Amino acid sequence: MGQSVPRVDARAKVLGKGVFAADLFFPRMLYARVIRSSRPHATLTRIDLDAARKTPGVYAVLTAEDIPGRNEIHVVFNDQPFLAPGRVRYVGEPIAVLAAETPEIAEEAVAKVVVEYEDLPALFDPLKARGHSEIHLFGTNNIYKHLKVRRGNVEEGFARSDIIIENTYRTPYQEHAYLEPQGMVAVPRPNGLMEVYGSMQCPFYVQEGVATVLGLPLSQVRVIQTATGGAFGGKEDVPTLVGVQAAILAQKTGRPVKLIYSRDEDIISMSKRHPGIIRYKSGAKKDGTLQAIEVEYILDSGAYATLSPVVLWRGTVHAGGPYRIPNVKVDSYAVATNKVPAGAFRGFGSPQILFAAESQMDELARALGLDPAEIREKNLLRLNDETITGQKLSFSVGNIEAFHKALDKSNYFEKKKQPKDTRSPIRKGIGLSTVYYGVGLGAGGVHLARTGAYVQILADSSVQFAVGTTEMGQGMATVLTQIVADELGLPVESVYILETDTSRIPDSGPTVASRATTMSGNALKDACAQLRKPLKQAAADLLGLAPDSIRLKDGWAFDAAHSEKRIPMRDVIAECFRRRENMAAAGFFRSPEVSWDDETGQGNAYVTFAYATNVAEVEVDTETGAVRVVRITAAHDVGKAINPQLVTGQIEGGTVQGMGYALTEEIVTKDGVIQNPHFSTYIIPTIKEAPEIDPIIVEAPYPNGPNGAKGFAEQPLMGIAPAIANAVADAVGIRINELPLKPERVWRALRENETKTAL
Amino acid sequence: MIDLKFTVNGEKVTLKVPGAKRLLDVLREDLGLLSVKEGCSKGECGACSVIFNGKVVNSCMVLACQADGSEVTTLEGLSKDGHLDPLQEAFIQTGAVQCGFCTPGFIVAGRALLNRNPHPSDEEIKDGLSGNLCRCTGYQKIVTAVKLATEKDGSDV
Repeated sequence: MGQSVPRVDARAKVLGKGVFAADLFFPRMLYARVIRSSRPHATLTRIDLDAARKTPGVYAVLTAEDIPGRNEIHVVFNDQPFLAPGRVRYVGEPIAVLAAETPEIAEEAVAKVVVEYEDLPALFDPLKARGHSEIHLFGTNNIYKHLKVRRGNVEEGFARSDIIIENTYRTPYQEHAYLEPQGMVAVPRPNGLMEVYGSMQCPFYVQEGVATVLGLPLSQVRVIQTATGGAFGGKEDVPTLVGVQAAILAQKTGRPVKLIYSRDEDIISMSKRHPGIIRYKSGAKKDGTLQAIEVEYILDSGAYATLSPVVLWRGTVHAGGPYRIPNVKVDSYAVATNKVPAGAFRGFGSPQILFAAESQMDELARALGLDPAEIREKNLLRLNDETITGQKLSFSVGNIEAFHKALDKSNYFEKKKQPKDTRSPIRKGIGLSTVYYGVGLGAGGVHLARTGAYVQILADSSVQFAVGTTEMGQGMATVLTQIVADELGLPVESVYILETDTSRIPDSGPTVASRATTMSGNALKDACAQLRKPLKQAAADLLGLAPDSIRLKDGWAFDAAHSEKRIPMRDVIAECFRRRENMAAAGFFRSPEVSWDDETGQGNAYVTFAYATNVAEVEVDTETGAVRVVRITAAHDVGKAINPQLVTGQIEGGTVQGMGYALTEEIVTKDGVIQNPHFSTYIIPTIKEAPEIDPIIVEAPYPNGPNGAKGFAEQPLMGIAPAIANAVADAVGIRINELPLKPERVWRALRENETKTAL
Repeated sequence: MIDLKFTVNGEKVTLKVPGAKRLLDVLREDLGLLSVKEGCSKGECGACSVIFNGKVVNSCMVLACQADGSEVTTLEGLSKDGHLDPLQEAFIQTGAVQCGFCTPGFIVAGRALLNRNPHPSDEEIKDGLSGNLCRCTGYQKIVTAVKLATEKDGSDV
């Protein structure tokens, strides 16, 4: 515990033996393809499948009419069909699926499908879509969800303020760009069971989708996760579509069906981070004390609701940042447009609003003549303070410690004092952000906040265990292996994690919201506690002691008072087998209660929070507008680092994703058509741009977390864009309110500023 | 169809394949070398990197007919009898692996780099790996892994 043991999956992965969806092959396997809409909003007037169906080697071509169950993909609402039933609402929406002998034949058959459309007027701008009088994509106002926070009295708060800052911020679509594209393989078994293997975060979602669309009971659908090559939220809800696409063809043909998306298909049709528009008004006293915020938050949610209501909820709860704010009014809207549905992405609605919130803090500081660190320190949440939803923070608040450690380690104040070299075209800047992260699903997803686990000790003292959450690269498998080893007093090497399989574990909800360590960790502790009873009894009997005085650790059972009185665990386990003890246990965990009032937006939104401070150091080339991030110091309160190397891995990876969001990443659409569905046009950071990162671990233990741990792996991305934007503002004296800070945008802002200054 | 004769991981191989088949597919489908990953199909991500006549290439951009007579090394060719390449060891030790999908390409590109420059500077490491995308690690631990491998590296790999 607390040791950086190597990842349990590392050896297989460095040998290239990780089995990803594309690496699966089954006898008689067919290859699937999806026929997609080329129009953003249209009625389907004719679908001609004859030529495709007659192509030799094509075994099935299916449309909405061929669905045996319900044509519905349930996420939060039930508004999304599996295959478009007569009307399409975004470019890339699935219309039909087909399966063929080879990928080449499948491709050829797709080209033979004729789809005729009658275009309908479409909406691409959420500001125009909200309340549109004629075009109705959802309900009567195109609003999937409106959320509110009402705390104190903002009019009075602004009246008491010495300074009021108001700005509008915009953030782009961000693409997950996991390196492994979406992929699934469906295998129909002779007993009627449909097995689905693939790349995913949430096997239980896929199970539900397959059962619904194929018209099967849940008991006849088994979903098994393969090695998953990155996800970041992009494999939360959308793999359900992929899995059902493969499974319905497998059901129809009675043969295994493999479906691997191409990169451009993946970028065009899968979820993204919502573009955001944030109008943010902040008021503070002369000394920097925050008095009020009033925020309007709009998420461009695309053609179906998918996860938007809950993405909006997380963003809304995080609207204020980690500060004491007595008066708060937030109105948030998830709005329907004729674009690919946006969904989950690391941070889940909070990076957009935190870009605004943290830019505002710097603008307040500038207007008041305070240092950005000074104004933050004055307002940071401390133990027993309340969040903007009225949640009292009565434990595990590492906010101040993370703040000070990041400032000290980065030499923030020292660097701030250095005079700017205004002769060079390269200007240096330093900026910071402080953020917090609500751990787990919170009140937005409380019905899913439970997990199961299974642990079995075998006769040779090795252990198998399974959980309902998934490993997608973040390191869950290793952390949970460490927890099981620690709980049973066995070495890590003797503990083996089985792949996540819906038939082995009860529905454990999704692997999202940085919840795997806390939720599955606690469920495993429950299972291990059951196994410790016979182990301790047997050890006690063998040592002639009482069970209460026995400790299990590192392969030994020993007397807690006299550790030299000990016996190897393998002897204890052998004794348990002789006694015919049950050496298998099912564990379960329900997360602590949370609360939420929809009218006031008040309540204990999350079980606890993680906290972070980032310090970004940049160089801005004033001749080209290019921003280079030199160094980021990132201090994160994680409760307890069960494996510090995995924690720093999450910090470093999230930081660089956040840097991409800040500087280059932007899905461009024109009339609803994505213009840059390739890595040559959608630019993620390469090793050349990656800054030096100094990760700092802060541990303010969470009493309900396994060994004090709290989930945090989304947090490293969340505060990076504002820290960089604040550093750019520090470097060149210009605030840019729209992401990404691409060279042309920075360059234009610099030239406009020169013009203004010249006038 | 062409007769493709080439050397893969030190073994001579003869295959009958369509001349326009991508080397990536020949390696994965015909030879079962599944470490070679397909991430973008356009030579943009490096997940399908192999060493091709001593240089790193994206195998999705090479046709079977171009591979005739060539010498190809995939990740499978770097470890022998369960003994890992120092780079593989270093990737494990430094935590340079997360999801593992880009890992084979990085290790192959790193091996090609170290073969021609056994003691690269940080900048040279970054240049050598700039054709490979990773979305998980933030790259820092990958640079550390390559540096560590240069310290461990045997002369005969």
